Order: sequence, then structure tokens, then C-alpha cells
Amino acid sequence: MILIQGGRVVDPSQGLDEVTDLLIDGGKIAKIGKNLKANGAHVLNAKGKVVAPGFIDLHVHLRTPGQEHKETVLTGSRAAVRGGFTTICTMANTDPVVDSANVIEFLKAENAKVGLVNLLPYGAVTMGLKGEDLTEMGALASAGAVGFSDDGMPVANAGMMRRALEYSRMTGLPVINHCEEKELSGHGVVHEGLTAARLGLAGIPEEAETVMIARDLLLAEATGGRLHLAHLSTARGVELVRAAKKKGVRVTAEVTPHHLALSEEALSTYDSRFKMNPPLRSQKDLEALREGLKDGTIDAVATDHAPHSAAEKEAGLAEAPFGVIGLETAVSVLLTELVHRGTLSVGTLIEALTCRPAKVLGIGRGSLAVGTPADVTVLDLEEEWVVEAGGFASKSANTPFTGWRLKGKVTDVVVNGRDLYRGGQFTNGGSS
Amino acid sequence: MTRWTRKDLLGLEDLTREELELLLEQAEAFKEVSLRPIKKVPALRGRTVALCFLEPSTRTRASFELAAKRLSADILSFQGSSSSIAKGESVLDTARNIEAMRVDVLVLRHSTSGAAAQVARGVRCSVVNAGDGSHEHPTQGLVDLYTIREKKGRIEGLNVLIVGDILHSRVARSDFWGLTKLGAKVTLCGPPTLVPPAMELLGARISYRLEEVLPQADVVITLRLQLERQQEKYIPSFREYARAYGLDRAKLEKAKPDLIVMHPGPVNRGVELSPEVADGPQSVILDQVTNGIAVRMAALYLVAGAHPRHASEVPEPNPEVAG
Amino acid sequence: MKTPILDSEGIRKSIVRIAHEIIERGRGPEQLCVIGIRTRGDFLARRLAQALREMTGRDVPVGVLDITLYRDDLGRMEASPAVHATEIPFDVTGRRLIVVDDVLFTGRTVRAAMDALTDLGRPESVELAVLVDRGHRELPIKPDYVGKNLPTSKEDQVQVHLVETDGLDEVVIGERVA
Repeated sequence: MILIQGGRVVDPSQGLDEVTDLLIDGGKIAKIGKNLKANGAHVLNAKGKVVAPGFIDLHVHLRTPGQEHKETVLTGSRAAVRGGFTTICTMANTDPVVDSANVIEFLKAENAKVGLVNLLPYGAVTMGLKGEDLTEMGALASAGAVGFSDDGMPVANAGMMRRALEYSRMTGLPVINHCEEKELSGHGVVHEGLTAARLGLAGIPEEAETVMIARDLLLAEATGGRLHLAHLSTARGVELVRAAKKKGVRVTAEVTPHHLALSEEALSTYDSRFKMNPPLRSQKDLEALREGLKDGTIDAVATDHAPHSAAEKEAGLAEAPFGVIGLETAVSVLLTELVHRGTLSVGTLIEALTCRPAKVLGIGRGSLAVGTPADVTVLDLEEEWVVEAGGFASKSANTPFTGWRLKGKVTDVVVNGRDLYRGGQFTNGGSS
Repeated sequence: MTRWTRKDLLGLEDLTREELELLLEQAEAFKEVSLRPIKKVPALRGRTVALCFLEPSTRTRASFELAAKRLSADILSFQGSSSSIAKGESVLDTARNIEAMRVDVLVLRHSTSGAAAQVARGVRCSVVNAGDGSHEHPTQGLVDLYTIREKKGRIEGLNVLIVGDILHSRVARSDFWGLTKLGAKVTLCGPPTLVPPAMELLGARISYRLEEVLPQADVVITLRLQLERQQEKYIPSFREYARAYGLDRAKLEKAKPDLIVMHPGPVNRGVELSPEVADGPQSVILDQVTNGIAVRMAALYLVAGAHPRHASEVPEPNPEVAG
Repeated sequence: MKTPILDSEGIRKSIVRIAHEIIERGRGPEQLCVIGIRTRGDFLARRLAQALREMTGRDVPVGVLDITLYRDDLGRMEASPAVHATEIPFDVTGRRLIVVDDVLFTGRTVRAAMDALTDLGRPESVELAVLVDRGHRELPIKPDYVGKNLPTSKEDQVQVHLVETDGLDEVVIGERVA
């Protein structure tokens, strides 16, 4: 039993935002109310802190199997816990690709050994991410896949995307597309805009994203399939999603913390730590993404946590791989850049990290309602800390936020009723 | 007077107006050296300049080599084919290896935008960017500034037209920054697929029709069309390019009589310039080549001076000479 | 604390005396020309040439030498010193050159000037004229003509001010401010 006392409990799933107590028993939320007492319970004093449902990250590259030098289930899980994420959804672009039930079984077994967070794998849309043959979505779903994605690669062929949206309906699970028209992005490395023109870098135009979003929205509308758009980066993309939602298209969307906090100007020094796909866009795009998150057009914040080794990232901007890590900085960056500056309320931020992503996948988490699995994240909104390259639990340190002074920190994490992280430190239960 | 304190020369975007003017004034002094019977001064005696050209180049390399020789520097040459870059070594590794040979100035040509900045951050020696991808080619930009000032007596207030593949041109970027900072009005002209619209936000005027902007120009800088870009299908053919953007006698008829025509070389004759324009009285292309040496001597001299070799070896300056 | 060494009249007399000595020592004024070392040697050279013209009735060409690129302390300073053009509008080969500087101290400037001149051609002879010789040579260099011999300590600062650069003519000595 764990009794979390005196915190400001913010649970958007129940419209709850008040100072109260929370009792966890048997791995579930047992009670919420003032002045709770429980004999023998471990008491966690959350006075002055925010108590939220454990965060859900819809977009994580755990690199396992195949690239364990970048990340493993253990290091990735520890990174998740430090960032307040109790559930992570893992992308299928591993080696081998998650295109058969046994890779899902392998991931589940690995996660059972590590035993920190809820690991929900996606299956691939097409075999080997090649865009040619659909995976056995039924078998993948039975094995535990929570959605389908070729992320890393777009489903380039419109006919294949149509089939995927149709066929996936038998599972009820979403198809998650990385929208990028490769013919338009070409050899681009950064957003095609002012910075690309200044630095003489090949650009990725916003149309590379929006053309495919438009296509997928039309296909989702036509097929009735469930579409989830990964890492929205453009103002036009937000606009398209907003219009489609209005029309009743079954679409959801996510945005990353880096696209909410940074714009193309960050690339001015050719630093490959700012290189990711989709690229950091213009200030106008950044503002539209914030607005989209606020008004619910964008459902969730997802990190697109993409670890790469230092050596690969050192190759220079043009050659370095795309991607940044995000699990351990996400909530702190958003608190610092959006909440503390008055752009976003704590409630909306927590919503975008909890019940809204839960709803995208239709999973019974992201809530502190009595009876749900006890995933809880406690935040100190005021604690300041500096991001240091050497300070990550992740195996990789390719973050754009090194050296940033952030305000707001995850202090305690409970997953399925087990307190893994307490006062900024892993407990014995969390040290597996 | 402004003093040069930068370890590196990476691009003209970074420089202040005063620094640009200092470079041009110093180039003027070095031009005099080139007119002497003995075209050599001992300014960089005992220093080593590495010419690291990891992308094919004949003219820029030769110009830097002669500049370094006229400053009495020792020269170490690395070229694309002979370097180990092909074996998967990163440019920074290569640069660090060269630096380990106690090189004072590293002149770097590389096909990747940002390579010079990346190397400059990773080594202690001075780095002079001799062209990085589509980013900048600062010494060529300075050559163009110097030549314009030499021919026109000023830069401020001039209308300068840059014609060609702006998108991929490092010369266009360096020219644009240098000219803008010194008060010229810059118009970029070329096929719409090869002129990034964002340049307008930086203060350039953009045109897709040469005949509309040529009459106002005091200077026209034509850019080399890279043959290999043709594979990416930015333009349908060279013939069509030459018809729309190639400078020939007929187009020049509508230009100012004292217009000067520039080109960083080598010219694709019949594409960017017709032969009679390339060799005509308005062409200052060979002056650009001559001035290249003085400008590069100035650049090498200034960056080498801003970077004392080894701190422990540096005694008090000689009182008489420094006085 | 500054002590005056030469005033305007003193400088003028020194130049006239040096001009006399040059004419006395030479075989004839035909090949004579004067080269000043930037910056103050430049103006002294012009005055000396003018004095020589008045005495000989012949034109005496004047040049100015910038020795920056020949200095032996490049790279020991925080920034490269500005280079100015050398302007010698005549061929030095076969000429009798009088090199002029304001103050002779360690001799390093003169050494640099000799190197620079050698790169410009092969003069018949080179002689050195200075307004002030303050001693403390670090190189085996001796002036042929001296306006004023001035015993100094190494720390002293000898300052030559000229109308052309400073608005007045004077030579003063002051202790170096630590």
C-alpha cells in the first residue's frame, strides 16, 4: 500500500484538480479523498507537488532488438521512469522488424525481465517496412500489438495505405503513419526555409509532410480506418487535421516536445543534435502546434525518443542520422517553455501526456480513477535542474537540450502500484 | 582601426562591416607585393598552412597555394583522392590528424555545408573556409567585393545582380552577405527552381526574368551552373537556361554601358556567358583571378596573426617594433 | 614625467645637419634617394629629401617602406598588425639609398627594413639616418647619421611627435608606465 498525501492531484480524465490524498492498494488506485489513513501504508508526502496519472508516450524507439548499443529495454525503461512515463509504445523499425508475433513475444519477455514500465509494442504495417505486403495484423494484435506503424519510413504507396486502413479495421487498432513524401523531402536535412537558405542546406519542405497528411486523411475518411499521425510538425498539418476532425474523420495526432519548444533557428550552428525528421520548422509552425495542442486538434505529446550514438551524431549535420532522445526531458521542457510562460495550463499538459494518448490507443490507463492500474507520476513544478549530457539513464545523449536550465522535475513514479522512483532516485524495486 | 581577432574565417555572414573593410584594405596592401619583382614576403615564415581540399578544385587551390607561398609559409597539401576520407574517416578526424602535424592554418574545401564550422570547433588551429557545400566561399566573396571596389570605386549604393543557381551556390551566399553589409542592393535572378524564396526575407530582391533586372545593374555576377545538378532536374536543359539566363551581347545592349561582368570561374562558355561577353571589355573575370591571391594573402595573414602558435612561446612583444 | 629632448627647431637643425653630412660623404647626388620607414620615418624622409633638394638643386626621390610583413614578432601579438602599402615609385637597383627612421633602439626594425629593401632590388649602397639613437641594440646595426644621441634606460619611452601625425614637432622622454 502506498499513500500519497497532500499533493495537488491533477487527473484530467476525471476533471480533478485539487489538493487531496491518493491510496494505492493491490496495484490499483484504491481511494481518493482528503485525510486518508491507511495502516501499514508507505506514506509519500506530496505536499507542494503535483500528483498525476503516469505518463504515456505513444512514440518511442527502443532500438531493441538489433541496435542495443543505442538503447535497450532496461536503459530505455529507466529513461522513461525518470521522465515520468509509466507506459511506452515502441516502434517497429527494429532489426528484425516487429512484423511477426514472435518479435512481440520477445519484447514482452524482455520487458518482463526488466519489469519497470508498461511496454506496449506496435507492429509494422508492412513486412520488413518495405511497403509491399501487409503484416498479419490479426496475429500481431493477438500477440499484444497496440497499433501498426512503419515509422521511420512512411507508407509511401497510397494503395498500400488504403489497404492498411481498411484491413486494420478488423483489429480496431490505429494505423500510425510517419507522413513524409520522400520525393519532396529528397536529400533534405533541415526545414526548407530561412535557415536552409542561409546555411546552404538541402531543405525538407513542409509539403513533404502535408501532402501525405492530406492523402491519409482522405483515405481514412474513405475507408473508415483509424488513423494516427505521428509527430506533426507544420501549421498546415494542424489545419488539415482540425478540418478533418470537424468532419468526423477518425484521426488523432501527436506532437513532440522538441517541435513545441524549438524552431529552425536552432540549426544555425550546424549542430546535429538539432537534426530530426520531421525537422524543426518555422516559428509560425511552432506556434500553430502549440495552438493545436491547446485546442485538442493534437491529441498527445509523444517524444519520438530516438537514441543514436555520439559517434554517429558527430558525423556532421549532413551525414548524421535523424533523431533526438526525449523521454527524460519531455515534461520538464514543456513545463519550462509552455507552462511556466503561461502558454499552456498544467492541466492541459498532463491531459496530453495521460488520458488523451490513452484514448488514442483505447487503453485503460492514463487515469487515477479508482480501480485503474496504479500508474502515478509526481512532479515538483518548481525544482530547477540543468540538462547534462552525462546525466541520462538512456544509453544515448543526443538531446537538443544539453545545457538548458529547466524548471520542473519528476520526483516520484509508481507503476502498477510499485514505487520505482522516489525523491528523484530509483528505489530497490526500480533498480532491476 | 578594427583589429582582426577571429581564429577562423568561415563565412561573410559572421563578419561585421568593419571586419570586411579591414580585409579589403589589407588585400590592397598585399596587392602591392604581387607587383614587386620579388613577390614574396617573410610574414608567415616558419608557419605551416595545410591545404585540405576534399572536393575537386584547381583554381581556388592554386590561388591559396600561391598566396601561402608569397607569405613564405610551408605548405602541406591534402586532396580528396589522396586523403583517407574515402575510408570512412570523418572530416573532423582528418582535420585533427592534420592539426597534430602542428599546422597553423587549415584551409578547408569540403562538399558538405557546415564542414568548416564543424572542423573549426574541433581544432585549435585557424580554419579558412575555401568553400563548404552550398554554404559559403568567403574568400571568393571577398575577391568579388575587392574587384567591384577596384573597378567601381565603391560598393555602397551599387545595384548588384547575381544570376544563376542561387540555391546551390556558396559564392552567391558569400557575395550576398558581403555586398549587403557594405551597402549594395542585391538582386538574385535565376530559374524559380534554383532561387530559394527565403532569401527575400534576408533582404535580397528576387527576379526570374533577367531582362527585367539587367538594365538597372551596375555589376552582374554570373554563377557557374554545376553540370552534376542537372541530374536532379531543376532545369529542363542547358539550352533553355542559356536562352533565359545566359549573358550574351544582345542582352547586354539593354544594360548600363559601364556594367561590369563577373564570374567565379570556370565559365561554361555558351551557358552562363557567351564567349564574346566572357572575353569582352566589360568582363573583369581575369582581374578576379589576380585579386584572388592578394585577398587570400590577407585572409591567411590575418587569421594566422589572431592565433599565436603556442601560448608558452609568446614573450612580450618587441618594444621597438611594437611601438 | 616627460623631459623634452628636441623642440621644433632642434628637429629642423638635425635634419639640415644630416643632409649636409650626406652630401659631404657622397660622390654626387645623382643616384641619391630617401626611403622612410612607416610611419614617422616616412615624414622625416620627406623633410630630409626636401633639405637635400634645396642644397643640391636636384630632385631627390622619396619612397615609403612598410616593414610589417618583415617583422620577427608576428604571431607573438594578439592580432596581426595592419599592413600598409610600400610605395617606392622608382627602381632601387643601383641607387644610393638613405633609409630614415625616427628612433633607433633594438635594431630590429632596421633589420626588417633591410630584408624588405633586398626584396625590392639591389641598391648600390644603403645608409641609415635616424633622428634619435637611444642605444640598447640587440643586433649589430649602426647608424650612419644621427640627429641626437640619447642615453636611456631600457624602460624609458622615447616619443617622437611630428606635425604631420601629432600636430607638433618634439622629441620627449618619459618613463614607461608600468
